[in-house]
Amino acid sequence: MPKEVYLDNSATTAVLPQAVQDMDECFLRSYGNPSSLHQKGIEAERILKYARHIIADSIGADDKSIIFTGSGTEANNLAIQGVAHAYARIGKHLITTSIEHPSVLNTFKALEDEGFSVSYIGADRYGNIDMDEMNAAIRDDTVLVSVMYVNNEVGSILPVQDIGQLLKRCDHRIIFHIDAVQAYGKLSLKPLIPFADLMTISAHKIHGPKGIAALYMRDGVRIKPIIYGGGQERDIRSGTENVPGAAGFAAAAGALSAESADYLLNLKQMLAKGILEAVPNANINGPDVDKGAPHILNISFNGVRGEVLVHALEQEGIYVSTGSACSSRKQKVSHVLKAMGLPTASCESAIRFSLSTLNTQDDIEYTIDAVRHIVPSLMRFSRR
Amino acid sequence: MDNIVILIRYGEIHLKGLNRPFFENTLVRNIRHALAGFDNAEVLKGEGRFYVKGIEPQRIDEAIARIRKVFGIVSISVAAQADKDMDVIKAVSVEQMKRAYEAGNTTFKVESRRSDKTFPYKSPDISREVGGHILENIDGLKVDVHTPDVVLNIEIRENAYIYYDRIDGPGGMPVGTAGKAMLLISGGIDSPVAGYMIAKRGVELSAVHYYSFPYTSQRARDKVEDICRILSGYTGPIKIHMVPFTDIQQTIYERCPDNQLTILTRRFMMRIAQKLAVQNGCKAIVTGESIGQVASQTMDSLTVTEAAVDMLVLRPLIAFDKVEIMDAAKRIGTYETSILPYEDCCTVFLPRHPVTKPKLEMIEQSERLLDIEGLEQHAIENMEIVTIRA
Repeated sequence: MPKEVYLDNSATTAVLPQAVQDMDECFLRSYGNPSSLHQKGIEAERILKYARHIIADSIGADDKSIIFTGSGTEANNLAIQGVAHAYARIGKHLITTSIEHPSVLNTFKALEDEGFSVSYIGADRYGNIDMDEMNAAIRDDTVLVSVMYVNNEVGSILPVQDIGQLLKRCDHRIIFHIDAVQAYGKLSLKPLIPFADLMTISAHKIHGPKGIAALYMRDGVRIKPIIYGGGQERDIRSGTENVPGAAGFAAAAGALSAESADYLLNLKQMLAKGILEAVPNANINGPDVDKGAPHILNISFNGVRGEVLVHALEQEGIYVSTGSACSSRKQKVSHVLKAMGLPTASCESAIRFSLSTLNTQDDIEYTIDAVRHIVPSLMRFSRR
Repeated sequence: MDNIVILIRYGEIHLKGLNRPFFENTLVRNIRHALAGFDNAEVLKGEGRFYVKGIEPQRIDEAIARIRKVFGIVSISVAAQADKDMDVIKAVSVEQMKRAYEAGNTTFKVESRRSDKTFPYKSPDISREVGGHILENIDGLKVDVHTPDVVLNIEIRENAYIYYDRIDGPGGMPVGTAGKAMLLISGGIDSPVAGYMIAKRGVELSAVHYYSFPYTSQRARDKVEDICRILSGYTGPIKIHMVPFTDIQQTIYERCPDNQLTILTRRFMMRIAQKLAVQNGCKAIVTGESIGQVASQTMDSLTVTEAAVDMLVLRPLIAFDKVEIMDAAKRIGTYETSILPYEDCCTVFLPRHPVTKPKLEMIEQSERLLDIEGLEQHAIENMEIVTIRA
């Protein structure tokens, strides 16, 4: 059995033992429904309340601003659809970027079908957006701007603070949603709270469980629910609360540390340097190593199909992901890399390494070694 | 209906003279396998047919769905079993016809067969008596002896069997009565159909799948297993030989002319399949090839491919159009799985301009550049075997 090095932490992460333990407690003992009147219900309600507090604290927000959802995708849907529908009478123009996560882009596409008009801000080759283009896109009937903080494929950090300032200066109210799923736990979200109206965070990207995420919602913002029922989560997201999920989420949020960014950046620099030395014609997609998020490194190995390299690394116990998937039927190339204007060959050979604090220097050295011996052998085979 | 019996009729195996007990026993065994999980099910031999008893009424449809896939069966009826007593027969017949009437049938006739000659009524008398009784008891039903909506069958054998429906079986011969063959299976649409057709002639299947990790992923192998699971509903368990093929493809790529990559690859596949066939007691290799479908399936290419082996090669789809193959795959139930997209980066090893009229001497010349025996041995040593059951 080879060593296992998991470098696909932007896809999902291993769950912290403490989170598992806290969830176990909720499954086996405190399994009540927080809405129940009896002691079992009260016990569950307390756990939920405490979890909400820890998670709110991790982003510097009020407890009551946290709405639990079933996934980051759901939180993004709730924010975008919720605002669009609640403010439709004021305006039907929405703004986002062309490099958002599919849960954002496809929600906007669906709203376009309903008659909303959407502006998609383009990206440059660093995976960043142009503030002038953003400024120019704003109209009198713009009601929502939704932008990710960190891009999930190339790790670029988008200028959400600048956008926040810009929107504040507008003479009418524009709701600002930030998809902070990839930033959470790596960059502090506290500085965003003064201007973010809505913000999405998710548990399973920070060593919490799958099946739970949260939408931060500033007091005074109106959103129309997309799920109706028993009125849980302040009538915004009905459904029996996922108490074990919240407990696991809180354990993961509580374990976040301000030092992790430096630790991750150090590993990322080491990995980037090692790979570029090992494979001379490899090149980094997106921001310069020091400028992007500390945990995401996207590299094209020209001449090697991304998914072939994924599987070859997998044989060495190294797990990474790719920006494209050659399929038996059609080619799927990452919309992010395409929007950044990368040539097809780079898109098809792009690999994303995404790190977590569980990774060690040893993991990184092992990965560089594997890349050094695998990539040249795969480069020998390309279609003639 | 408390005494439900599934009546199974079989076809071609009547023709087989002295072999008949072997064919019948094989078919009974296959029906029993198909009914795995029906703990009280009994398969009994009758005169020229089989009876399945002990199926819970609420699981009849499920049992029928499974039995319908067993090759060798011509048709199936769900019958009520009754005592050989005219009053009982009449009562059960009325019950049956009420069901038929509720299903929208308004005209009927009764057909009777009496193989137990001790039963005091002759066949025409049974039909007349029961028919009259039905007319008295169900308003709205009429007799039509020429084109009835439904025919009520009454058979007087060890018991009385009464039924009105007849479900077609797949026909063919019981799997296991015609030896074994080795199927080359890819995960595409064609090979499962080819396997189905050969199995329908009574042939037991083994399979070989060539995979090219890291150019294909584990998911492609899972897909082949899923397809074989569907196929095994008809054929019984299938042993899949998962043979690693990457080294062979890479070696051909590095040493041989580009335009011959595909044909050289096909010959390796055939040779390894033949070795595995011999090991497994198979008498033939089965492929899903069809003339002209791709460059490697021209007659010239097929000739060169076939020359790689001495064994009988069966290509049941050879003259089928793609559309016909797709229709067959839909009927069998493998189509939906076959068209699922899966990663396949083996295009790396596909020549942009493959030879369509290869010459055997040229191909053999290229093969002299390769350690064929060593490559094949290495692939077989590293293969994994997965046995799939429905």
